[in-house]
Amino acid sequence: MDFNDTPDEAAYRAEVRAWLATNAPKRTGRIDSGMEYPASMDDARAWQRKKADAGYACITWPKEWGGGGGASWQSVIFGQEEARFETPGNPFQIGLGMCVPTVMTVGNQADKERFVRPAARGDEIWCQLFSEPSGGSDVAAARTRAVRDGDEWVINGQKVWTSGAHYSDFGLLLTRTDPDVPKHKGMTMFWIDMKNPAVECRPIHQMSGASNFNEVYFTDLRVKDSQRVGGVGEGWRVSLVTLMNERLAIGGGAGGGHRTIFKLAQDISTLAGPATKDAALREKIADWYVQAEGLKYTRYRTQTALSRGQTPGPESSIGKVVSAALMQDMANTALELEDQFGIISDPDMAPLAASFQTAIMGAPGMRIAGGTDEILRNIIAERVLGLPQDVRLDKDVAFKDIPTGR
Amino acid sequence: MDFDFSEDQKFLKNEARKFLDARCPVSVARSVLDDPGKSFDASLWKAVAEQGWLGAAIAEEHGGLGLGGVELCAIAEELGRALAPIPFASTVYFVAEALKLAGSDAQKAKWLPKIAAGEVIGCFATVERPGVLTEGGVQARVEGGLLNGAKVPVADGDIANLAVVLAKASGQACLFIVDLEGSGVTREILQTLDPTRSSAKLTFANTPAELLGEAGEGMALAEAVLNRAAVLLAFEQVGGADKALEMAKDYALNRYAFGRQIGSYQAIKHKLADIYIKNELARSNAYYGAWALDAGAAELPLAAAAARVSACDAFWFAAKENIQTHGGMGFTWGVDCHLYYRRAQQLGLVAGGAKAWKERLVTQLERRNAA
Repeated sequence: MDFNDTPDEAAYRAEVRAWLATNAPKRTGRIDSGMEYPASMDDARAWQRKKADAGYACITWPKEWGGGGGASWQSVIFGQEEARFETPGNPFQIGLGMCVPTVMTVGNQADKERFVRPAARGDEIWCQLFSEPSGGSDVAAARTRAVRDGDEWVINGQKVWTSGAHYSDFGLLLTRTDPDVPKHKGMTMFWIDMKNPAVECRPIHQMSGASNFNEVYFTDLRVKDSQRVGGVGEGWRVSLVTLMNERLAIGGGAGGGHRTIFKLAQDISTLAGPATKDAALREKIADWYVQAEGLKYTRYRTQTALSRGQTPGPESSIGKVVSAALMQDMANTALELEDQFGIISDPDMAPLAASFQTAIMGAPGMRIAGGTDEILRNIIAERVLGLPQDVRLDKDVAFKDIPTGR
Repeated sequence: MDFDFSEDQKFLKNEARKFLDARCPVSVARSVLDDPGKSFDASLWKAVAEQGWLGAAIAEEHGGLGLGGVELCAIAEELGRALAPIPFASTVYFVAEALKLAGSDAQKAKWLPKIAAGEVIGCFATVERPGVLTEGGVQARVEGGLLNGAKVPVADGDIANLAVVLAKASGQACLFIVDLEGSGVTREILQTLDPTRSSAKLTFANTPAELLGEAGEGMALAEAVLNRAAVLLAFEQVGGADKALEMAKDYALNRYAFGRQIGSYQAIKHKLADIYIKNELARSNAYYGAWALDAGAAELPLAAAAARVSACDAFWFAAKENIQTHGGMGFTWGVDCHLYYRRAQQLGLVAGGAKAWKERLVTQLERRNAA
């Protein structure tokens, strides 16, 4: 048990720190949170290019594809050090974390040569087109139809919850190519040009007021058969390659919330006296603290496995399911403390610049995006504990015959 | 970053598991539960002593193995998993740690080798009444080197030879070493929720007592001992919680209802996922406690409180939901679920309950935030 870097880690960290000190953008006072669009796309691209030139973009990718040729632990250390600077938002995350690795794993040689390097440099941005109105948790229920026409496919349908669709150059699109076979067998993956006029993006207005996602419509979109990623009917298998990383990427923060609540409680009275002395609040703070700290040290365990060159254990799967509920509970308690004032969401009036009012409107989305609380518990139960899948009514039925309720 | 057991520590832990799988299946705890005349398993105690575990974290000069706190944590996790019905916690986590922390050279030289060899069973006697331990609640008195008063409950008090007792001398709280083979000691075995870990009321009438540590430091020393014990107990709790989860999982895979495995219902899957989540959070908090214990870090009071709060929550939740998963069979005497349920309460209360530890945690946080 040792929190210190190994000599190799320390050397790498020193190298990264020195590079960041010289090259990282200066503070502007502007803050981009993870799920927001970057305030300036130009800044984001410039920063990505700079990292790529120095071998710090896509650290674990091979050098021949524009990566850094490094190890996972190096990527973790770079991320920690980069987080100390106010770098531009990261519109590349979905492409570099999910879409482009899928192309690298499954795609043909020409696609790899065409797409991987420009994506690593931030020249081209990707989005992931999987979820549909008919299937959020049930991704394999996708109905967007691709019909073969000679050497081309014609695509019609709708995707939803697509982050960054409006500024993306390319998209990884999951389609239904054969509705006469069971759902998992009749799907095919393509890459598409997001700038094609047959593709229309409409922002989704969330309950929080923000618009972090889009609906994307396809009307007679024609793609070449060479844009296929993997075999015809192999779309589900390909999508699993993509989704493997998603649930690790979303959530995991929520540390330090107890500090903010303390800060709030210092200026607030309850009927029993100062809020900081309220026994019920103190007990809650202890509960939140052990959850947030437990997550932090769970990440350290994951990092340790990477550092030792081992595959991390399944414990990393608990991150989002804990942090999202934690965020919602803390925010609700904070509003209760603020009492009647809690309803005010004007950052100029509400305590702590309305951070708890912002959190309470964002928390429902956190509990759903990237795998709902319920789906994540299914995943832990099935993949970690080895419990059986729920009974499936749709498994051996032709897709077109599956009940849809409408 | 190296936040895990080392390869050597994993080897030790694995050997401990193999040893306990062979020597301490759950039937060993059950045999203590079912025999009112039995307070612990003496042959397992002897075998554990022969393994050197009692002195794992005792210096070699005092007959121990001279390993660190993390190695002791690894052993603790396996003992908890096995529900080992032996006075390991009282002797090692409380009394040996108290001696290491506050003992004079002579006191260490006298007692630690006997503990390491398994010749002495220890107990830690602090409370006298319901409610959290406070200085005002200490009525036991020492005058002229003689102890008078009563302590209840004292884990392993019925079988111990050696006690560390919190008592007042000249109005100041102090820790004392009391040889329970000495005069004026009356033991009354208590009926408790977990007979696999016995408890007693100890009454002292002019019993010789020797000061441990500085006079007037009794409460601070007791808290320091509790912090160390809390981390070690957390590992026992994590071990027990893991085993309860395994039992629930195995049952959910083998039990059929309405034509299918009950483990295929989301009501059961989500319950077991929640147990897993709490267990992993508790493990991570316990690891941090192990680091603080081993490094003698200033963060120990906060780390120990977090480890204890998290571990109490995890073992309690796993133990109660394991019974629930087993349905009607789960609350029968013959199925083992209630052994874990009983032990979850015993471990959750023996160093003070989670409620008080949450208050300690927040007090530590306030200090840290103010600093």
